[in-house]
Amino acid sequence: MIDPAVPKGAGNGGVPAPFGTHLPASARISFPERKVLQMVMSYVWSFLLALCLFCALLTGAPDLGQAAMAGAARAVELGLGLTGSLVLWSGFGTLLERSGLQRGLARLLSPLLGRLFPTARRDPETMGALCGNVTANLLGLGSAATPLGIRAVRRMQALAQTETATDEMCRLIVMNTASIQLLPTTVAALRGQLGAAAPFDILPAVWLTSALSVTAGLTAAAALRRWWA
Amino acid sequence: MTGFLIPALLLGVSVLALGRRVDVYSALLDGGRSGLELVKSILPALVMLLTAVELLRVSGAADALTRLLAPIAAPLGLPPETLPLVLIRPLSGSAALAVGAELMASHGPDSPVGRTAAIMLGSTETTFYTVSVYFSAAGIRKTRYAVPAALIADLTGFLAASLTAKWM
Repeated sequence: MIDPAVPKGAGNGGVPAPFGTHLPASARISFPERKVLQMVMSYVWSFLLALCLFCALLTGAPDLGQAAMAGAARAVELGLGLTGSLVLWSGFGTLLERSGLQRGLARLLSPLLGRLFPTARRDPETMGALCGNVTANLLGLGSAATPLGIRAVRRMQALAQTETATDEMCRLIVMNTASIQLLPTTVAALRGQLGAAAPFDILPAVWLTSALSVTAGLTAAAALRRWWA
Repeated sequence: MTGFLIPALLLGVSVLALGRRVDVYSALLDGGRSGLELVKSILPALVMLLTAVELLRVSGAADALTRLLAPIAAPLGLPPETLPLVLIRPLSGSAALAVGAELMASHGPDSPVGRTAAIMLGSTETTFYTVSVYFSAAGIRKTRYAVPAALIADLTGFLAASLTAKWM
């Protein structure tokens, strides 16, 4: 299933583009799965509101209308408070891309990643997208990471000619869902906005936690492989 | 220590880029513009979800939920307040941000609960969304063990977050 919204050249067999955000935002494609997820949120939302009303009826809580307005107003306050940091770090992210630092890091990591992805290593296009995806994640360049990851999985799919996920695809997915990020800037911005003494002092804890979860994910993948022929 | 880290990082990358004749300031401005777009795109979701979170708090539903979930959280070593965050994190990134912000605001960003929430947010991802985006873009129908393995990674992250929040 290839979505028509994806530009030609982005998928398998296309011209191997260099790293970075050369894919337009439309590469973030409207999947049916995405609709399903949005439907899940619709149920979650409705369920939460029903729960609130039920509890309020039982406890005779204060004015919920006032609470709703206060919550909405606080969201804007929070969003605007985060804007400064998000703009700063997005700017820094683009600088990392244009300075060639991301590409340098990708080259540096490529031998290590080659061991985890022995099949992908044989194809330069897959490997380029894969290393780009991992480094973009490391550097917190979310908007660059997704199109690169999609390109890597597509290329793997085209080479394997299958509708079943390969071991290396699962490995890449786990590395993406476990979020290995050197600078969790959004969380730090949130902490700063809410008055933390040192917003970035959670860094070592985040690194250790991420390392543990990636390791657990990859170990689980290696163990579970046997049950899924 | 981390007080110098951030400006030093900004300076270091800027000087490195300058050495390669990169227009540093334009890069910062262009990237900043996309950051503004990001804020614009998440703000509506943040409004809806923080409204729901505030309603949950005022109506007493949040307290009831915490008390209900406490017997599950206690043996795992998790602060019961963070369980709603654990449940919503794999589904929706902006909902997790809203719940995390509420936890940090009501308990204090430097409290054990606030720090645990921050570490959880920083070291996990919107798992179901990521899996569905990657696999459906590539036309993969059978995802095999990708979801269970990713969820094991998430669970490890959540459990480790409460430990690292205590120790580090």
